[in-house]
Amino acid sequence: MREVAVVSSAVHQVEALTFTTDVQLMVPLINQARDLVGLSQDDIGFTCSGSSDFLAGQGFSFVQTLDAVGAFPPIAESHVEMDGAFALYEAWVKLQIGEVDTALVYSYGKSSPGSRRDVLAVQLDPYAMAPLWPDAHSVAALQARRLLESGGVTVEELAGIAVRSQRNAVGNPNALRASADVTVDDVMADAVVADPLRAADLAAEADGGCAVVLAAGNRARELCDRPAWIRGIDHRVDAHGLGVRDLTRSPSAALAAARAADQAGFEADAADVAELHASSTAQVHLLTGELSLGDDVRIDPSGGSLAGDTLMAAGLVRIAEAARQVASGDADRALAHASSGPCLQQNLVCLLEGE
Amino acid sequence: MTGVSDERGRLRADLVIEYPFTRTTGPVVGAFMTGLRDGRIVGSRRTDGRVFVPAAEVDPETGDAITEIVEVGSTGVIETWTWVDPPRPGSPWEEPHGLALVRLDGADTPMLHGVLVESADDMATGMRVEAVWKAERVGHITDLKGFVPEGTGQAENSAEGTERAVDGTDETVRSIRTPIRLEYDFIPSAAAQEYLHAYADKRILGNRSPVDGAVFVPPRGVDPRHGVAATEMVELAHTGHVGNFCVTHLPIPGRDDLPTPYVSAWIHLDGADIGFLGLVAGCDLDDVRIGMRVRAVWKPDEDLGATAENVLHWEPTGEPDVPVDRAGNRAWRDSAPGEVVEDA
Repeated sequence: MREVAVVSSAVHQVEALTFTTDVQLMVPLINQARDLVGLSQDDIGFTCSGSSDFLAGQGFSFVQTLDAVGAFPPIAESHVEMDGAFALYEAWVKLQIGEVDTALVYSYGKSSPGSRRDVLAVQLDPYAMAPLWPDAHSVAALQARRLLESGGVTVEELAGIAVRSQRNAVGNPNALRASADVTVDDVMADAVVADPLRAADLAAEADGGCAVVLAAGNRARELCDRPAWIRGIDHRVDAHGLGVRDLTRSPSAALAAARAADQAGFEADAADVAELHASSTAQVHLLTGELSLGDDVRIDPSGGSLAGDTLMAAGLVRIAEAARQVASGDADRALAHASSGPCLQQNLVCLLEGE
Repeated sequence: MTGVSDERGRLRADLVIEYPFTRTTGPVVGAFMTGLRDGRIVGSRRTDGRVFVPAAEVDPETGDAITEIVEVGSTGVIETWTWVDPPRPGSPWEEPHGLALVRLDGADTPMLHGVLVESADDMATGMRVEAVWKAERVGHITDLKGFVPEGTGQAENSAEGTERAVDGTDETVRSIRTPIRLEYDFIPSAAAQEYLHAYADKRILGNRSPVDGAVFVPPRGVDPRHGVAATEMVELAHTGHVGNFCVTHLPIPGRDDLPTPYVSAWIHLDGADIGFLGLVAGCDLDDVRIGMRVRAVWKPDEDLGATAENVLHWEPTGEPDVPVDRAGNRAWRDSAPGEVVEDA
């Protein structure tokens, strides 16, 4: 397998990008990621993005966002209607083929113009579920209650996960929810918004974007001091219907982690840090189990997606944050996780390592 | 889209997108929908004997097709639930309600639906519930009003009658309507805000590229060829030429203000390096041609607002045409950006 590394990244997340278009958001981020390693678009072999037209309220909106890249003369380019982590997977495959040595991956989401929790109902089964408009908070709550009542976790433990996220997020400029002194009691005192979940149990909705540059082999070593090598990456999917799945489990997350570990030569549990893409504290708990992350693994050092969750970009942000931990030397091995679909239907696991 | 501006003069508009889907059901989902129309709930039995409700066409574990339809009970048990308050826009419920995965008697998988009780205090995992039905049923998931605690639904159901389909048909349901409506609060970017406000003063603005001086209209705050921010605004002439055009003979639904046939055209303003869309009028359709010189026809001053609709259309100036091989976009060609074509 060809050595491929994350060599630079740029992230921006805020509560609402009111007067900023997707293009204006991405121009500085893409330039920043390229500038960090001294590349211009002419030096990029392949460009891949992830976004959702439903958020933009505009068909083929991603074509317009290519304006931010400087895609003229025409570039080699692709797009997925998914989180940018899955665009990164496509770029990684392209690099594995060996035709190119560098790739730019970016994704973005501006959900604030609409009601994100309701827009997400559209991803459910269109015959028997979507016409009932079950919003994303309600769907997360159905899963959380199954987990709580199956005896695997308590509401206090979920509050503890929220506290860990908020404390870790202190100092992260892209975190929307951060607090150095929040306690479990504080979280437990919050009102329930989607029974049994409280506001702090639900990921903080953000507008934002992320750009990542990948490079292969010695090109990566030329471009930065400490590349974050992608030692293993895999994604798997579970059945779509909520009723046919055991909502207390995520077999696809466990399988993606096992496959990534096979490639990497080390287990997920050997990571120093893990960045998880979850829409609720209950999902963080579930993933911690499915990925077999022990107490030695620092989970969500950036606060994770709970602290700032940009739809379509939160997974790519997890890879960027994990890679930063490696690049800075704070971690030798890092795990990044991304998910898509209702109740962790689809999961991607990326194992990174410094050298 | 209806535009308004707030107390600080910032423009915003309600953007509503509707997808009027009609979905084909196929035989298995069709059987489920037919059952709902007839006040029954059916599932499909997979090869290991387990029953999926709602009826599923494919076993997600094996990929095998499932064709055996079996009726299950209209009573069952709540497996997990939440409470929805306020009810979500677009949902069939107008009051706060439970939302639950309910496993019906005879089924092996739960189905999602509402639970119609007073408050979250009346909800519990393990609670027995029964289906309540609408009187008028068409073969849709919302034919089922929801579930109520077992033993409390009889009065409602007998009052509304569940014996047969109200429309009297025995035909299998072959399609369902699942309209989607999404509402957005659309706020133009800072560059677009400035562009639209300038229209109120009968000014047309563009952005100048910091790289090579090319001028883009409308201004989008970036030079898309180079992927860099473009902040300099330039005011453009009210004259230009037709870079390309199209004659439309079919009416657009909802646009009664646009009688057919009409001409839409790429208008290339003098001093701009790309075209933008406008209507051409004030001449015979047959006279419209690539390279034709045009000027803006504005609304009366008293009707001007912060909108591109201030330009009613573009009319011929009578000047000599721009040669066809020089008409159209210049920013994407080799000729000098910003070059004024009328000087050619």
